[in-house]
Parts: sequence; structure tokens; C-alpha cells
Amino acid sequence: MIAFIIRRLLQSVIVMIAVAAVSFTLFRFVGDPINSMVGQETSIADRQALRDSLGLNDPIVLQFGRFLGNALQGEFGISYRLQMPVTELILQRLPATVELALVSGLLAFVLGLSLGVYTALRRRGVLSNIIMTASLIGVSLPTFLIGVLLIWVFAVELRWLPSNGRGEVVALGDCWSTGLLTHSGRLALILPAITLGLYQMTLIMRLVRAEMLEVLRADYIKFARARGLSARAVNFGHALKNTLVPVITITGLQLGSIIAFAIITETVFNWPGVGALFINSVRFVDVPVMAAYLMMIALIFVVINLIVDLLYYAVDPRLRVDRAGKAH
Amino acid sequence: MTKLARALSLSASVAALALAAGAAQAETVRWARVADALTLDPHSQNEGPTLALLRHVYGTLVSRAVDGSLTPDLATSWEIHPEDPTIWVLHLREGVTFHDGSAFTAEDVVFSYERVLHESSGFRAIHADVVGAEAVDEYTVHVQMSGPSPLYPNNLTNFFIVDKTWAEANDVVAPQNYAAGEENFAVRNTNGTGPYQLVSRDPEVRTVLSVFDGYYGDAPQVTEVIYQPIAEAATRIAALLSGEVDFVQDVPVQDIARLEQTDGIAITTGPENRNIFFAYNATSPTLRSTNVADNPFSHPEIREAMALALDRDAIRQVVMRGQSQPSAAPLPPFVNGWTEEMNAYGAPDYERAAELVRSVYPDGFSVQLDCPNDRYLNDEAICQATVGMLGRIGINVSLNSQTRSLHFPLIENLETDFYLLGWGVPTFDSAYVFNFLVHTREGSYGAYNGGQYSNPEVDAMIEEIATMTDLDERNATIARIWDRVMEDRVFLNVHNQLLAYAVREGINIDVHPENSPTLWTVTID
Repeated sequence: MIAFIIRRLLQSVIVMIAVAAVSFTLFRFVGDPINSMVGQETSIADRQALRDSLGLNDPIVLQFGRFLGNALQGEFGISYRLQMPVTELILQRLPATVELALVSGLLAFVLGLSLGVYTALRRRGVLSNIIMTASLIGVSLPTFLIGVLLIWVFAVELRWLPSNGRGEVVALGDCWSTGLLTHSGRLALILPAITLGLYQMTLIMRLVRAEMLEVLRADYIKFARARGLSARAVNFGHALKNTLVPVITITGLQLGSIIAFAIITETVFNWPGVGALFINSVRFVDVPVMAAYLMMIALIFVVINLIVDLLYYAVDPRLRVDRAGKAH
Repeated sequence: MTKLARALSLSASVAALALAAGAAQAETVRWARVADALTLDPHSQNEGPTLALLRHVYGTLVSRAVDGSLTPDLATSWEIHPEDPTIWVLHLREGVTFHDGSAFTAEDVVFSYERVLHESSGFRAIHADVVGAEAVDEYTVHVQMSGPSPLYPNNLTNFFIVDKTWAEANDVVAPQNYAAGEENFAVRNTNGTGPYQLVSRDPEVRTVLSVFDGYYGDAPQVTEVIYQPIAEAATRIAALLSGEVDFVQDVPVQDIARLEQTDGIAITTGPENRNIFFAYNATSPTLRSTNVADNPFSHPEIREAMALALDRDAIRQVVMRGQSQPSAAPLPPFVNGWTEEMNAYGAPDYERAAELVRSVYPDGFSVQLDCPNDRYLNDEAICQATVGMLGRIGINVSLNSQTRSLHFPLIENLETDFYLLGWGVPTFDSAYVFNFLVHTREGSYGAYNGGQYSNPEVDAMIEEIATMTDLDERNATIARIWDRVMEDRVFLNVHNQLLAYAVREGINIDVHPENSPTLWTVTID
């Protein structure tokens, strides 16, 4: 068990270094930060001096080494754009993204699960067919368009919900701010959460439906029915329970991608999260923020995968047979 | 009327009166723009949105009115020293206080000069001719220049004055230094003399300003400003339509017509201090991207043909939806040196243009056009339209359009043959255009002369006008330089950009040529 964990941890470190290396090579193609940092009057000599002082003229390997060294100490430097420490900037923006991701993840899970069960049980019902068709739209419409449509209907035409921002936020301690405790904060969360969660919801719904249909055909369900158990006990006590294992795995893994890919939703709704911060940083070539953001996303994925692996290890006895050098 | 009803109606009208009075006293304007100010440090970033926000908090010695003229601000008057033409004498306003209550004196101006000339300042180049400033008495400052600089006050409109004691107490004697790795106190804290003081700031989310009671000017009608950057154009306009913001500064040209027809929304347009033009390398013997052996742009016929083929009116109608001022002059109309004659352009003549191209290259030629796609209004679309127009006369242009951070280094590193550039003239004088775009690249000259135009005669005249004190003679020289530049077709100008502001009806705001709206001059019906 300990050998397995150590091996997985070592692999995670290698993944992190690889992500850092890949993103660092990509930064060379994003452009030159100096142009955005200085006014048009700045002379070419002064631009070179700034480039030198930031170490942008050093070989890429040296820059990478310096970045890794600082990152190990949790030091990501000063944002070229907002002139604030990068770590502080990201921590300030993280609550908005995490809150949005959790709410939309929860929404997707609850709605996806119930609609999935419903469409599996009433396979030929009219409503089921309508839901299945509508879910195709949810899968195929791009997030950007869904967001703009929701804004147009609910903010501009009906004026029920705000079109952008996070509403009023309340500080919880030093490092967290929440919009869930204020009325305007909750209202502001509705549209972005739907936009971000719609794809996940349809995904979960289709997964639950397929799994349910599979399980409902299994022998033990027939046996349960034969025992004269109520439809409710059979459907929810036996069938649903057995579909949940893959659904929870997928939902967990999707949470990582919801955080990572909230970028578009955050841009459309002007949501002050890390995704919007990243997009603005790309436009400005704010290398310190881009590097820190990519490292953070890599870390989230690595941690979630590690947890999932460990859970599998705990759940599935077959993995405990130690196969030297080969971990699943 | 019963006694009770009378009492009720009386109290109702009192309440209405109180409400009306309250409304007149407290007016909030929620202001949305595409980007946030990068910093609140007054001497760090010479960048549009940063200057526009800071202007509300920090005062300048001289201001720029909506018509482009200079008006007194913290300095009530200024003149060249009668005995020494290299000294500017600034007379300061008395009785001005900073937001923290300390008095504004000559010491603060001298200190601000030291700070703006510091190595980590973003405004050093604007004050490059300043040797130093000296307080003569409490309200007079002498600014020593390296030579006579008759138009230097034009450079003072973005020079914010900070309080010396505040800066020293908070250890912000110098602007942010990125390499140092720690944040400067002035990035998020302010102490200026402007009409508004900072209430709160959450970078890229919301900045709240409230009126400063001790402001020396007329009391502003707008007492609270809430500034919100909204990057996405569709969201920005939706926020205005849904009544969540009152003033949108960056209105996409395709939305203007629709907003004009929307009830409760008003649109104001005006010329921006920025013109959009093409430039090309006509000097090098060969080009990087052409299929012919020599440099096609070195032939005057080709340059003339391109000018004949550019259909500015079509670009105005189709690409800009009417939101531009087509012009042949590569400078905005309110800049000193602009003439009607330079501005005039004819209708395109494709036959004549094609003939001119054929006279040099019977089979035409090909070249690459470098274009930004996120810097100016519809920049990429302007380039695409031009590619089509030049295609009609036998010039096969391949378009390389990319983000600004990749486009501008091409010009800086002289790696482009043919490019699009937009240029604003903050000093409102032609010398600024000449220094950066026309003079041979050497020292502080010619940083954006990506076409590598080099004419020793013109260079000499440009250096001459920098120190000329006789303004008539100076203007005559400027006219001579322009004659030469237009004759050599150094630039192929497209148009001047127009700005559009969208506001909730009842808010009266003027379009500022530098796109730096002043909310303290806004009136509300």
C-alpha cells in the first residue's frame, strides 16, 4: 500500500514538471509582454532594459529553472498586468470559481440523476422523449451561445436576474469570500451555474439512463421483482444503487474540468474567477499569472486523479495484488 | 378634506421633497468599460484605461478639454522664463488640498517630477527633456529643460501630482518595480487632489469612487462612480440594456445602430485621437515576403497605385458601419499641422492603379500584410478589405493577422514589410508623429518607424522643430516636413477612429478625444 502511494506521488510530481515545461515552451508563442507593459513613447533601449531586468532575454532553460525554483517555494512573482503578487491574485479569485463549480456540479448531479432515472423508467413516455431531445441541444450548443441566450432572455428581456458579476459578497475569514449568503449573490449565481452545468447535466443524465437500462435487465432485478418487492424498492433500492459507482466517478472527475473550463462561462458572465483572470492574462501576456494558473489546474487534476486511484485501490480488491512496477 | 387626509398629503409632499432633494444630492453613475485600470500608481502605466480612472482621483497641472485645448488645472498659468528659454515657469493654484487634508504646494510638484523621472516610471519618455524641477517659492516651480521646449505643457496633461509626505510615509517614493518581486503600496491606495476619492477597489471587479468635498473646482453632479470592467462586448451591452450599468464606454460598432433605436439609451459619438494607417518598407533593397527580386514598395508607381486602390468610403460603410472619418492625412484633424489639403482623398481608380502596377511588374507581385486583430476597431476586417482591393490591381497580398503582443514586436524588430498601425497624438502636435514614425530610427527617435523611412533632410527639420521658439516659423517647418512625407507616400492612411459612448437617457457626457471621459463634468437631467 505505502509503496503504491509513493509510486503514485512520484508520478504526480513528474506530471507537474511536465505540465510546467510544456506551458513554459508555449509562452514563447504568446508574444512579448513588454509591449503591453510600457507606453508607446518608451524607447527601444528602455524596453530592452526592462526585458533584461525581468530575465526575458535569458535562455528558456534558465528561465524555466528559475521558475521551478521559485514555484517550489510557493513564489510566483508579481503580475505584469495588475502589479499584485500572483499567489494573492489567484487566491482572491479562487472562491468565485470554486463556488460556481460546486453549485453547477451539484445542479448537474441532482438534475442529471433524477432526469436520467425518470427517462430510464418511462422509456417510451412523451416527456422522456422531449427530455432526451432537449438534452441533445444541451450537448451540442456551445457554452458561449447558451450564456448569451440566457442573458438575453432573463436579464435583458425579463429583467429577473443580473447579467454579470457576482453580486454582493461576504468575507468569510481572511481567505474566502462567498456570494451564497446574500440575495444578490445567489441571484447572480443562477445563470452562470446553469450555463456551466448544462453540459455536465446532460452527460450525467445520459450516463444514468444507460446504466439504469443495463441494470434493470439484470437477473437480480428480475429476482427482486419476483420476490414481490415494491417498484419503488426495486428501482431505487437496487437498480439505482448499482448504477451509482460509475456515475460518482464521472462526476468527481468532471468537477476538475468544470473548474478548469469555467473560462468561457466566466468570460460571458464577467464572473470574477480564475478563468477570467487567465483569459485577461493571456491577452496581456502576463506570464507569471499564466504559469501559476496552469500549475494550479494541473495540481487539481493530479490530486483528483490520485484520490480516485486511491479509492479504487480501497474499493477493488483485485488491485491490491501487487504487480511490481505496474500501477493502474 | 379631513384633517387626517391633509396631514397625510402634507407628509407625503414633504417626503417627496426630501426624496427629490436627496436625488439631486446623490447621483451614482455605474461606468463599464472593456478593461480595468492596471494599477492605481499614478506614474507606473501609461495606458488608456489606467489614465482615465486615475484622472478622477489625481489632479494634473494642465488639463485637456474636450475640444483638445489646454486648460489650467493645478497650475493656473505657465510661461517660458523671460531670461532663459530652457526654463518653464509654472504658477500653482493656492488653497488646494489632497484627499488626506494636507496642502498642495510646490514641494509636491517637485517630488512628483522626481518620481515620474524614476527608472521604474512608465512616463519617463514623455518628460525626457526635463533635467529637473525646482520650487522657487511655495506656489512657483521652475522646470529646467535640456533645451528650449516651446510645447512642453502639452506633455503635462497625464502627469499626476502626488503628495510628497504621503509617498514618503508609505514608502512609495518610486513606482512599482516588477523585478523586485514585491507590491508597491500605491498600486491599491491613493491620495490625490482630484474630484473623487477612492472608497474601495477589487481589481477587475469593481472600483468605487465618491466625491471629495474639498475639491477646488465646481462640485460635481455625479457624487459616486462605480467602475466595472466587463471584457465581453455582448455582456457589456446586455448590462446597459438591463439597467445594471449607466454608461458603456466601449460600444462595438455593430451595436450602435440598434442601441440608437432602443428606448432609454442614448449614443454620443466623437472623433478619437487615433488614426489607422498602413506603412511599408520602401527603403530596403529586398523584402522578406515578396516574390519579386527587388523591393516593390521602392517604386513610386506602386505606392501611388496602392493609394488609388484603397477605397476608404467602402471601408467606412461596410467595415466600420459609418463609424470612421476617412482621411488621407496620417494624423487626427485637431492636431497641430493638419490641413484640409492633406486630408483630401479621391475616389478609387482601379484601372489606372492596375496599369501602374503592370508598368513595373507585368505579372503583379505578392507580399505579406501584418495586421493586429485585437487592438483597433475592426482592425482585422480593415486588412481583409484592403487585401481584396489590392488583389484587384495585381498585388497578391497574404494576410498575417494576429494578437497585438505578436504584432507590435514585428514593427519594433523591423520584421515586417507591410503593416497596419494606429497612432494617437497625446501632445496634439505633429512633432510627436515625426519623432516616432518619420525620423530615422536612432536613439530615442523612430521607435515605430517600421517602414524604415530615412531622409536626412527631414530628420534635420524634425530635430530643428524640437527647440524652435518662434511658433510661426515652427509651423512653416512642420508644413514642409508634411509636404515631403505626403509626397514620398510614407503612409497609406485609412481613417480616424470615431468613439461611441452609450448612456442611460438623461446622462449628458462628452466624448473625449483621448477616450478619457471625465465624470465630474457630467450633467444629469
